[in-house]
Amino acid sequence: MSVSQLPVAQVTQMVLHVCQGMEGSKDLLTQADKAIGDGDHGVGMARGFEAVRQKVSSQPFASVGDVFKAVGTALLTSVGGASGAIFGTLFRGGASRLGDRQALDAASLAILLSDGLRAVQERGKAKPGDKTMVDALGPASQMAQELTTIDLDEALSQVTEAARLGMESTKNMVAALGKSQSLGERSLGHPDPGAVSTYLMLKFMAEYVHQIA
Amino acid sequence: MKSKKIINDPKQVVAELLEGLVAACHGQIRKLDGVNALVKAELPGDKVGLLIGGGSGHEPVFHGFIGENMADGAACGNIFAAPSPDIILAATRALDRGRGVLYLYGNYAGDNMNFDIAAEMAAEEGMRTRTVRNWDDVASAPPERMEQRRGIAGDLFAIKIAGAAAAQVKDLDEVYRVASLARDNLRSMGVAVSAGSIPETGEPTFELPDDEMEIGMGLHGEPGVYRDKMLPADALVEKMLERILPDLPFRPGDQVALLVNDLGATTMMELLIVNRRVRQILKDRNIQVYDTVVGSYCTCQEMAGFSITLLKLNDELKHYYDMPAQSFGYTRR
Repeated sequence: MSVSQLPVAQVTQMVLHVCQGMEGSKDLLTQADKAIGDGDHGVGMARGFEAVRQKVSSQPFASVGDVFKAVGTALLTSVGGASGAIFGTLFRGGASRLGDRQALDAASLAILLSDGLRAVQERGKAKPGDKTMVDALGPASQMAQELTTIDLDEALSQVTEAARLGMESTKNMVAALGKSQSLGERSLGHPDPGAVSTYLMLKFMAEYVHQIA
Repeated sequence: MKSKKIINDPKQVVAELLEGLVAACHGQIRKLDGVNALVKAELPGDKVGLLIGGGSGHEPVFHGFIGENMADGAACGNIFAAPSPDIILAATRALDRGRGVLYLYGNYAGDNMNFDIAAEMAAEEGMRTRTVRNWDDVASAPPERMEQRRGIAGDLFAIKIAGAAAAQVKDLDEVYRVASLARDNLRSMGVAVSAGSIPETGEPTFELPDDEMEIGMGLHGEPGVYRDKMLPADALVEKMLERILPDLPFRPGDQVALLVNDLGATTMMELLIVNRRVRQILKDRNIQVYDTVVGSYCTCQEMAGFSITLLKLNDELKHYYDMPAQSFGYTRR
C-alpha cells in the first residue's frame, strides 16, 4: 500500500523514528567527523535528537510546520557548534510556510526542503561544491521539487537516493568552509559529516513511511 | 588508546567545570540560571558589555577571562562546540546596560553562526550588539583570505585590550574600534606533537605518528596544515617565526607583547626553551618585547604543543594593555 500523506500525529511518530536512528548513528558520525573534523559531530547530533525526542513526545502539535519548528528549535538550543545552527536553521526555515498544513505530503516535503535549503545557505554562506551538507540537501530538494504530485513514500525514496548520491559526491570535494577547510586536499576521499547526517535523516524518514505503508 | 580523564558523568563535564570555576572565583562571577553562561557578579550600570565565548574544553579561554578590565561574561558551549543562540542571548540580556554589548570570539563557522543568530534575536529585543572575530592564526589561510583564519591563543590579548577599553570607554562603536585594532595587530601560530581527546568519548581528536609533529595545529584538535618530522626547539621556533613575522609584517623598531602558550600538556620547561629562542630571533630583528606571557591560556585538553602569539603595540593599544586586569586565567598588575 502506498502512503500519499502523513497526518500531524504520524509526522510526530516519524520524527521520533528519526531521533532513534540519529541517536543510533552516533559512532558512525563520530568516525566520519574524525576523518576530516574534530570528531564531535556524532555526540552533538545524538544530544540534539535526544532533545528533539523529549520535546516532540511531550506535547501535541497543531500543524506539520509546528512539528518541524519544534525539531529545529530543539536542535538549535542543544547541539551547539556549526551543526546546531545549520540543522536548527534547516528545520526552522523549512517549517515557516507549513504552519497551516495538517498533513505531510510530497508537496509539503518539497517546501520543507527548499525553504530549509535557502535558510541554511543564507546563514552559512555555503555554495554547492563547498563540501557541506548543502551538497546533500541541494540535490534532495531539487528532486523533491520534481515529485510534488506523487505519493509521499515514493517521493521520500527518491529524495533519499538523491541525498545519498549528493553525500557520496562530497568525497570528491575539497572542503571550502568550516574547520576542515584548513585540510585542503587532505579532505578528499572522505564524505562531509553534515552531508552524511542530512542523508541519514531523510533515510530514517523514508524508513518510517515505508514501515507503515 | 582512550585517554584517562579525571571526570564524572561525561555529559556533565561542562556543568561541573563551570561550577568549579565559579567556586574558584569567590563570588566575583555567577552562573545564569538554566544556561551555561557566566557573568560578573557586579556590573556597573552604564558600561558597554563585553561578551566572549566559544566551545568549552580550552580552559582557561574563554570563561576564565571574566573579571576586572577583562570580559563581563562568557557564553559557554559544549566541548569544542560553539554555544547555542539561547545561551548567548541570555548572557547578552544579563550584560546589556543600555550601552550595548560587544561580542568577541574566535573565528569559527559554528561560533559565527550562533553569535549571529543571537545578535538578530537581541536586535529584535531592542539591544545593540557589535561583533569582533579574532583570526590570529597565520597557518589557517593566506593573508588575502584573512577572514577565513581561525582564532587561537591571540584571544587572550584581544580580550585583554577589549576588556580594558570596555571598562573605560562608554561607547560601543569605540570599544569595537579598539578591539578590532587589537585583532588586526595580532598574529599567532601553533604546533602540536600529540593529540588531545574529547572527554565525552575519550578518543583522540587525530592520529599522529610518534616521531612527527603537526604544524599549524588549531585550537580545536582539527588537523593542522602539514606534518613534519620532530625538530629541535630552536629549529621549530625559527620555522614558526618565519611564517608569523612577515605576515603582519613585524618590522625593526616595533614593540610587541609576546605570548608563548601551552596547548595543554607541554611543560613550562619546554615553553621557556621556546621563549629563549623567540627572544633571540626578535632581538636579531630589532623587535622589542614590551611584555612576555608564558603559560597555559588556550588549550585543547591534553594536546601537547604550543603556540606563539605576537601583538604589535602602538601608544593606544599600550594604554589599554597597561591597565591592570584580574581574572581566573589571567592577571596583570
